[in-house]
Amino acid sequence: MNPSNGRGVVSSVSSRVSRKSSETVPDQFPVGLRVMVVDDDPTCLMILEKMLRTCKYEVKRCSRAEEALSILRGNSNGYDVVISDVHMPDMDGFKLLEQVGLEMDLPVIMMSADDSKSVVMKGVTHGACDYLIKPVRIEALKNIWQHVIRKRKNEWKEVEQQSGSADDGQPKQSEDGDYSSSVNEGSWRNSKRRKDDDEDGEDRDDTSTLKKPRVVWSVELHQQFVGAVNQLGIDKAVPKKILELMNVPGLTRENVASHLQKYRLYLRRLSGVSQHQNNLGSPFMNPQDPGYGPLSNLNGIDLQTLAATGQLPAQSLANLQAAGLGRAAIAPKSRIPIPVVDQRNLFSFENPKLTFGDTQQQPQHLNNGGKQINLLHGIPTNMEPKQLVNLHHQGNSIPAVQSVQSVHNGSYQPQSRVQQPMGNYNPVSHTSPMINFPLSSSAELRSNIYALPNNPAKGGFPEDVTSEMKGSTPGFVPSYDIFNELNHQQKVHDWELQNVGLTFNATQQANNSIDVVGTSIVGSPHQAFPSSSQGSGLSRNASVVHANNNNNAISMGQHHMSNNNFYHENNPVRVKLETPLFPEQFGQDDLMSALLKQQQGGIVPAENDFDFDGYSIDNIPV
Amino acid sequence: MDRNQSHRQVATMKQSLFDQGYLDHEQFNQLEELQDDANPNFVEEVVTLYYRDSARLVHSIEQALEKSPIDFNKLDSYMHQFRGSSSSIGAKKVKAECSLFREYCRAGNGEGCMRTFQQVKKEYTALRKKLETFFQLARQAGPVDRARRPK
Repeated sequence: MNPSNGRGVVSSVSSRVSRKSSETVPDQFPVGLRVMVVDDDPTCLMILEKMLRTCKYEVKRCSRAEEALSILRGNSNGYDVVISDVHMPDMDGFKLLEQVGLEMDLPVIMMSADDSKSVVMKGVTHGACDYLIKPVRIEALKNIWQHVIRKRKNEWKEVEQQSGSADDGQPKQSEDGDYSSSVNEGSWRNSKRRKDDDEDGEDRDDTSTLKKPRVVWSVELHQQFVGAVNQLGIDKAVPKKILELMNVPGLTRENVASHLQKYRLYLRRLSGVSQHQNNLGSPFMNPQDPGYGPLSNLNGIDLQTLAATGQLPAQSLANLQAAGLGRAAIAPKSRIPIPVVDQRNLFSFENPKLTFGDTQQQPQHLNNGGKQINLLHGIPTNMEPKQLVNLHHQGNSIPAVQSVQSVHNGSYQPQSRVQQPMGNYNPVSHTSPMINFPLSSSAELRSNIYALPNNPAKGGFPEDVTSEMKGSTPGFVPSYDIFNELNHQQKVHDWELQNVGLTFNATQQANNSIDVVGTSIVGSPHQAFPSSSQGSGLSRNASVVHANNNNNAISMGQHHMSNNNFYHENNPVRVKLETPLFPEQFGQDDLMSALLKQQQGGIVPAENDFDFDGYSIDNIPV
Repeated sequence: MDRNQSHRQVATMKQSLFDQGYLDHEQFNQLEELQDDANPNFVEEVVTLYYRDSARLVHSIEQALEKSPIDFNKLDSYMHQFRGSSSSIGAKKVKAECSLFREYCRAGNGEGCMRTFQQVKKEYTALRKKLETFFQLARQAGPVDRARRPK
């Protein structure tokens, strides 16, 4: 691009228009860097905006966090970095930080007049890229672009390693103890993924797109995962070992790591505020939450026994255990904001109670029907219909939320990139459908794709999943198929839908249009998705998606777009993004970057997996 | 000549504001640096916005101080905002009084808070007057020709 374009872009600033990342002139970088600044103080906001413009960045200012979030959600690729104040009346800055990190995986810089160590530390633990003390100097703002680059670089690195493009089919080396190195991942995966990679080869070269095959966490896969985790013990469950236990070809440590991360977050969330949480001082962790309380108590109960008796589904046990462990297990690492809070806020007002209640009272419940229990498994499982409603309000447009895939036996496909949505689990959309559908019509379940969020139609979602799917799915990209749990009974092949759903996500837009691809599928005679029909189903989705796609489905959706490349095995499916189905919405690059970003979320945190248990940051006296 | 004189007057006044500690010269200079052709009165606009916005904060604080019992947390929160705002325009004395206020607040000392707040208001009002004069002078003097970094 020529420089003048860049200038043009800059001057059009503060626009909410989604800008393709390609519009940013690379060689002019950081000119045109798109910054979203959030501060309730209008004086500061004015000064900041002016400073940022002086740095030649594009600036969008918001005085409220909610507003910022909805803008970001509505325009997933529209911004490169977010700067937010810590103390804001409508939402705590750290919460915003987490949500942004989860949903959009953007670098977030915190700022405050408060320079006390505790607050700065909080910024660190919540994953802020940087912390600026007010009054902010323009010099400090000049360099914020480094955070964008750094993040992209990390993602890129992950991608490279994963793709194994650098490796040449080296034999699996994951035996070595260094599981934090993703090199092993790449090499190990190489053999299996080689063919996948090849197809993406040309895309991989595109640094700006950072594309990665996605692993779809089907119900069975997740079951295996949870089983492995339980076997190892939540404390000792490290991706490498889990991977070995699972023994699923084609699954990489990274996939497991990111999935584990989500899982832990999920458990954390379920467990409510534990003592760790309190220490952490997260404002959003509300220890008082009754819903969570019981869970902790449950620890004392013989979870093991319960599990042993088969009353508790393994997953539930894992959840409970995790809950018992307290949040600490999922201590947020820089990259991964603790979604717990978000999740809780989003969904769960009552979820915890619901879920826990079930677990505690009737183990057998868990089995059957645990719809709730099942829900536990999925990260965002707490979606009850009411939550759905709640979520709607809140989560507007959390695209990635969770693939509602109903559950095919708990296979949820946490797309790693779903990470972002993690926070969002809009339970709303998920739960509802799940619950409604349960086991019966796979078709409905299939529509997991309920794009959650953004769909203000509160009730609508759960009620009629099928109908909604058609049109309304909020774009959400479910990373986890919470519904998986519900659909325990569902056929395995439901996950195919999941994929479909994935595509949906792309389309989904926070505008409440639920582009549930799945729904379309559901509606169609195809419903039974046999694997064979996947292709067709997928294509259907694609078309549906197109229609509804408004885009933002944020990266999640984009990822899914590649339904063309779905593998519908009952294995983790790697969804390759070939050509985005919705090019009009996002440039391929955007998709890729979105995908990557999301993956990134999954990836990066993965490395922190091991730290969770030892993550005593909560206890750091500040 | 006149123009130069005016500019000098402005500069002198500004310097005295710095010297007397009303304004933090670094921060204020930062604001002035931001002023350009597109926003020739940027600093004045910011200050005006500050006074307008902080008026409600001042009001909230006053109300909170009148309550019984005093909600120190809320007070602290208001004051934090107020202090942040004030520091962004370089209101040095105001900021200092705010910090003092917050200490009393944290100690739960209602009396101390009230006393300090009177000081805060005093400084706040005094600064406003000075700045009004300053901006008047500045407007009269016209835009300052100074080297700017190339846009």
